[in-house]
Amino acid sequence: MRLFVAGIVILFLALGSLLIGVGDVSWHALVTPSPDEQALQLLVISRIPRLLAVMLVGTSLGVAGLLLQMLVRNRFVEPSTAGSAESASMGLMVAAVLAPQLPVVGKMLVAAAFAMGGTALFLLILRRIPLRSVLIVPLVGLVLGSVFDSVTTFYAYRLDLLQSVNAWKTGDFSTILRGRYELLWLTLGLTCCAYVAADRFTVAGMGESFTTNLGMNYTRIMGLGLLIVSLVTAMVVVTVGMVPFLGLLVPNLVSMFTGDNARKAIPWVAVGGAGFVLLCDIIGRVVRFPYEIPGATIAGVLGSVLFLYVLLRRDARVG
Amino acid sequence: MSVESLVVERRPERTLLILGGVMVGVAVLFLLFGASGQWDFVLPFRGRKLATALLVGYAIAVSTVLFQTVTGNRVLTPAILGFDNLYVFIQTCLLYFLGSGKAASLDPRLQFGVEVLIMVAFSAVLFWGLFGGGGRSLHLVLLTGVVLGVLFRSLASFLQRLIDPNEFIFLQDRFFASFNNPDQELLVVAFVLTLGVSVVGFRMLKTFDVLVLGRETAINLGVDHQRTAAIILVLVAILVSVSSALVGPVTFFGLLVSNLAHTLVRTYRHALVLPAAALIAGVCLVAGQFVLEQVFAFNTSPRVIIDFVGGLVFIGMLMRRAPV
Repeated sequence: MRLFVAGIVILFLALGSLLIGVGDVSWHALVTPSPDEQALQLLVISRIPRLLAVMLVGTSLGVAGLLLQMLVRNRFVEPSTAGSAESASMGLMVAAVLAPQLPVVGKMLVAAAFAMGGTALFLLILRRIPLRSVLIVPLVGLVLGSVFDSVTTFYAYRLDLLQSVNAWKTGDFSTILRGRYELLWLTLGLTCCAYVAADRFTVAGMGESFTTNLGMNYTRIMGLGLLIVSLVTAMVVVTVGMVPFLGLLVPNLVSMFTGDNARKAIPWVAVGGAGFVLLCDIIGRVVRFPYEIPGATIAGVLGSVLFLYVLLRRDARVG
Repeated sequence: MSVESLVVERRPERTLLILGGVMVGVAVLFLLFGASGQWDFVLPFRGRKLATALLVGYAIAVSTVLFQTVTGNRVLTPAILGFDNLYVFIQTCLLYFLGSGKAASLDPRLQFGVEVLIMVAFSAVLFWGLFGGGGRSLHLVLLTGVVLGVLFRSLASFLQRLIDPNEFIFLQDRFFASFNNPDQELLVVAFVLTLGVSVVGFRMLKTFDVLVLGRETAINLGVDHQRTAAIILVLVAILVSVSSALVGPVTFFGLLVSNLAHTLVRTYRHALVLPAAALIAGVCLVAGQFVLEQVFAFNTSPRVIIDFVGGLVFIGMLMRRAPV
């Protein structure tokens, strides 16, 4: 029921999003018996794809963050604090340099392979580190990320690609048109996969021995989670660029009232993620109308402020 | 490590002497290498670069060691707490709001003054906001700093997207640490500031040594802990501003230097650790610059290499169960 109400709120945001822009689109023009041809075109080619891209990115990144948090068993990780996003952009860099003719799907696969490797390396390092504190984990992820970043920057600097690299790192929905975002539909499939396997991830979140005792293959669950997270991150980085903090913030806020049951949390995270990115995108489009501010920047600002709030409030419980 | 076996067994004073010798050697090589007789141009030009490198090395080394003393933690450095991103953000703001023409003609001393002030204010807010409450975990402070860093970075990257590519190139030169065009006036101001910090610090060396024993012990031994910590934090903020303003952000360099210093000079005495760290930093920067000029022919920035190596060292330290 509450989920339904949340859905309605998102729907209103979405309708608002369709009406914002430089081009003139109003309900009046659309619902009359002879709809305005130009407005309709604008809607179909630019506004609706953009809305879908925003929702898909929000949903999938939120769920990817949730999965990572369960697999690493730490509240403070998400694709951009586990080396996934940075290794994905490193993969993009490699693809851009070695095979510039590669189609988008190919680049995405290269980025996904790199993201997979980077995240796996992160998990391996964590196994070797004595965990004295919950916060060591994201710290290691951030440092590892900056190591990957330095490799990317090294090549970008030599090849004069710094600005393109910055574009991959900043999620921006203004370039989304029909035919340039369809890859993101795959993230929806992956999110559904995560939902189907939700109970397994919940169990894996309880630890290796617990999982094995229940007769499940821990490594396989980990592998599946890693695959979903890497693919989602790579797709998002390739199509719009990274949106920071989303995967950290939404699952943390959701788990405050649903607890750590993935089956219960995933729908909420999906709705919350979509809503958050939608809100950021709308703010970015309205603040300096008619110019736009990338949604990721708004997300970075809003997200880091909110995250600090959560972090400092939880301080009493975090050792 | 072969270097360790060479140096550690002897007395720290001797280690310092060896480091000093290496430093002088590297500096001479840097000044004289391949300078085919055009001394009147080459020497001042390279001398400026050398002075910048040494000053920056000194600032980073001293600020990191002092910071680690006051926080009692070998993994924490001022740079990791988001200073570098703040610097990038301030620079980007200046460029964006003034346009590259005006930003270039801005009096560097004024710009520097503004930067130092903002950095000191920011660090004051961060440190007292977090340490002032007492009982906050260090990791929390660290993560908070990192998150603030992300905040500044996202603001900076947003502004960068609004800047046209030609101006971006201008900005890029200011972003990445480079010793190629140190501004002379700036250098003088930076030197004076660093000297002032050093004088204050020199008179407190013994107090720093007591702080290493931990907060409670230091208080028991009659050190006004709160006042000392406050002084150290102001010194650190100034030094960090000096190094950032001169050459831009270098995230992990301080971490690298302070841990090498502690490895080579196994003593708690700041009178020995500080010079060792400063010498190591100087050697690394001058040698790194030398390699960049002669091998890579400027085709990359020192920051990238330092980030790469420093990040790996950081992770390695955690994996080796280094005392955190």
